[in-house]
Amino acid sequence: MELQAVLMAAGGGSRMTDLTYNTPKPMLPVGNKPLMWYPLNLLERVGFEEVIVITTKEVQKMMTTDPKMKLDVKMKLDVVCIQEDGDMGTADALRHIHQKIKTDILVVSCDLITDVALHEVVDLFRAHNATLAMLMSKAHEFTETVPGQKGKKKTAEQRDFVGVDQSGKRLLFMANEADLEDGLSIRKSIMRKHPRMLIKTGLVDAHLYCLKKAVVDFLADNKSISSIRGELVPYMVRKQFSKSTTNQTIKDDAEEHNEKKNEGSTNHELIISSRDESLIQLAQERSCWNDHRGDMSEAYHGGKLRCYVHIMDQGLCYRVNTLAAYIDANRLAPKLFDEPAVHPSAVISERCQMGSDSIFGALCQVAEKTSIKRSTIGNSTTVKEKVKVTNSIIMHGVTIEEGCNIQGSVICSNAVIGRGADLKYCLVGNGQRIEPGAERTNEVIVGTDQLMEI
Amino acid sequence: MADSGDPEGAGPKDGIVQAKNEGREMTKEEKQRLRKEKKQQKKSKEKKDDKGSQDGGKEKKQSSSDPPSAQPTTHTNTQKAPSAVPAPVPVPAPETAAPADKPAKSKGELKAERRARQEAERASKQGKKGDGGQQAATGKPKAPPSELQPVVKRLPEHVQVDNPEVLRKLAKKLERQQIPLRSDYGYKVSLFSHLHQYSRKAPLTQQLGIPSTVIHPVIVRLGLQYSQGIVAGSNARSVALLHAFKQVIRDYTTPPNEELSRDLVNKLKPYISFLNQCRPLSASMGNAIKYIKKEISNIPSQCKEEEAKRKLLNCIECYINEKIVLAAKAIAKYSIEKISDGDVILVYGCSSLVNHILCEAFEKDRKFRVIVVDSRPRLEGREALRRLVQRGISCTYVLISAVSYILPEVSKVFLGAHALLANGYVMSRVGTSQIALVAKTFNVPVLVCCETYKFCERVQTDSFVSNELDDPDDLIVTRKGKTQLEHWQEVPLLGLLNLVYDVTPPDFVDLVITDLGMIPCTSVPVVLRVKNVDQ
Repeated sequence: MELQAVLMAAGGGSRMTDLTYNTPKPMLPVGNKPLMWYPLNLLERVGFEEVIVITTKEVQKMMTTDPKMKLDVKMKLDVVCIQEDGDMGTADALRHIHQKIKTDILVVSCDLITDVALHEVVDLFRAHNATLAMLMSKAHEFTETVPGQKGKKKTAEQRDFVGVDQSGKRLLFMANEADLEDGLSIRKSIMRKHPRMLIKTGLVDAHLYCLKKAVVDFLADNKSISSIRGELVPYMVRKQFSKSTTNQTIKDDAEEHNEKKNEGSTNHELIISSRDESLIQLAQERSCWNDHRGDMSEAYHGGKLRCYVHIMDQGLCYRVNTLAAYIDANRLAPKLFDEPAVHPSAVISERCQMGSDSIFGALCQVAEKTSIKRSTIGNSTTVKEKVKVTNSIIMHGVTIEEGCNIQGSVICSNAVIGRGADLKYCLVGNGQRIEPGAERTNEVIVGTDQLMEI
Repeated sequence: MADSGDPEGAGPKDGIVQAKNEGREMTKEEKQRLRKEKKQQKKSKEKKDDKGSQDGGKEKKQSSSDPPSAQPTTHTNTQKAPSAVPAPVPVPAPETAAPADKPAKSKGELKAERRARQEAERASKQGKKGDGGQQAATGKPKAPPSELQPVVKRLPEHVQVDNPEVLRKLAKKLERQQIPLRSDYGYKVSLFSHLHQYSRKAPLTQQLGIPSTVIHPVIVRLGLQYSQGIVAGSNARSVALLHAFKQVIRDYTTPPNEELSRDLVNKLKPYISFLNQCRPLSASMGNAIKYIKKEISNIPSQCKEEEAKRKLLNCIECYINEKIVLAAKAIAKYSIEKISDGDVILVYGCSSLVNHILCEAFEKDRKFRVIVVDSRPRLEGREALRRLVQRGISCTYVLISAVSYILPEVSKVFLGAHALLANGYVMSRVGTSQIALVAKTFNVPVLVCCETYKFCERVQTDSFVSNELDDPDDLIVTRKGKTQLEHWQEVPLLGLLNLVYDVTPPDFVDLVITDLGMIPCTSVPVVLRVKNVDQ
């Protein structure tokens, strides 16, 4: 088997707690489909037949009841439950399933919505025998107004500095602004090998990684690394240029296995080796190809550890981890698929004014004289007469009484909006009731039990 | 083949006629003979048609138009020369019409026919002796000796791309093997429209699923490396191929009720098709594949799987060791005799073997300097330059357009080869024949270094018939921010041609250095013959 897919669906959605305090992030509806359906669909379309899903018990329960997941996902899902306390990082999760991993893996995060041609990333992984291949995309500005945001948008979050070589494929440098106290410093050895480096900051990491099995083995031994993105990737990018990996001696594969077992202490190194190393070397020597030119070294500068990145400049790539991203994703994700905007089981009266980019979920009931524009109506929602919904996201099981006016808002599941309420750019939490005639603008309405304890 | 001479032919024929007339059940032999007769009749009819149109066409086998059963006795050499024997041809012609109305003949007439046929045979035999010298090894696949019609030349698929029939057959074959078909790209220059032209930006993996289940992942990786040029060069490709096959054999398990010797070969076929789609196979790869297939088929059926696998892996190791590594050492040893102190050696492109030879010679303290000639779009010479300079050899670097300026300085030319063809032509990177031509004009000796496993039984006299077309977009270059050929596809009469190989005639090559020794170019068929006898 070539690749095993691992879906990380245990994340808590820490940056959008208003949405996730009742619904776990993987099951948040985007375009009336649960969020984790999108990466699963991507994997299925590309040809995977099995996925290992790492998630919490709660999500697993919801997965089994959700109709979309049951019907549409044809792959075999091997669900591994971990504790919800949030202490387990992504790398820890990989360590947890170490026994199940038999070959190289493809790690996907549950909040990725993309239409990337996955073969581009995997081809880099295959062709260059890379240790890591990842996907990044040009960041898009979020255009929609985010409910509950007071004042200007916060100035730039911690930026990521990504250094790539001239071809734009080889990853040379990766650091987050938070880790760079004094400034960006680049080692001379890297500059000597790759004198031309492009440093980009406007990229969003899609959290899609192809990793060699050796990396998983390395993680199993190195318990100090707990996050793939935060620690493992920068570590591997740095390790490409460290002396020990470039001067690896070629040992016979049998010998090496024995030695690894005997000397437990050496397992802290990331050892990349393969069988018939000598043949690979011979082929590389005889091949008249080099990945760079201008200096005296051979292809890849003799390094065995290689990290590659594919940067998408066209196409959709969203990571739904903030409210703004969630709203944008709801707007654009349905365009990925050719599904009909109105679910066949929805009951919509004829005198409803539907915009062309509105989506109606299953079993929803929309009464007459309503106007629904640029919105998403979830499953089993009831919209009574004379309601005007614009630019909003209505999740499942919501009841909207007559005469409401909802604009630019997010109404979470099972909420009830009373008669004649006027909501502008609000976020109504799960199960909340808005009293009739209320007028709210730019507010986050959640229950008291969800407020943070101080 | 049937040694039954004519005398037999007439007798049973009578019997068949009799049987037909009497409505008797024909015996098996009679039925066979009847079938043969019918075939002869068809061929003779066709021959008559063709004769009208083709006049002494060299391609037609003007062997005597005797019935097929008689012919094998006269023709020992199946690789025929166009030995036109006009005399006996008109004579048998009316005779070939005769079998058509066989049932109406009497016994006497049949005997007369037979006699005339024998005469014709004898006459053609004599004619053949006279034309014995015209035996040029055509190298085409064996034409059936029973020739009363133009030879059916079975051309390989990859040089018939403009024939929709062939393309359809290929598509069907690939579909059966579950391998995606790679589509051609861009406008092809008309002279080369019979060859495939692919784009590097459209890899075959686009149409494969991830993870690949039909094709072993190692083969997918290899195919990608071929199509992107990461593994380039005849030796490198063969070594990488054999390495991949080793992995495949290791991961292989015999399904129940199947034999390893047959099933493994069938498993390898789709992989080879896939690699062919990624990049056309080289001659060295073809020979390696032939060797492996032979080894696999020779595994005795009672051999256990583990042992069989071990044997195969061992065979592959030996092949690489003998044919590539040791051969390189042997060739280096011979070449060093030819390199003297003070030499100026010209090399072209990046040939792993030539680089190896030069490095070895340098280590043996020969004093020489090297001129590296390079050409666009591949610019492989830069890699050769790097390797030589790294060792400490003093080099000069020129582009191929300057070759006639630099040649007066040169004392020897060392060229690598992609393959050595059976008529002594050298197939190598495009530009090699130019260098050889100019060197010949300047009376500079040209030495070609080539391992014997690259010798192939094909015959080619020009670079058009069988070649490889690389991605035409490689020719596009950006200088000072301007890319002139960027929209070449929109210009209606413009075609970009990126040839990969060309053939050098043996007149331009003075010596071929192989692991068997130093041989003249024309001795290649001898080597091939000896190799075939050995195997």
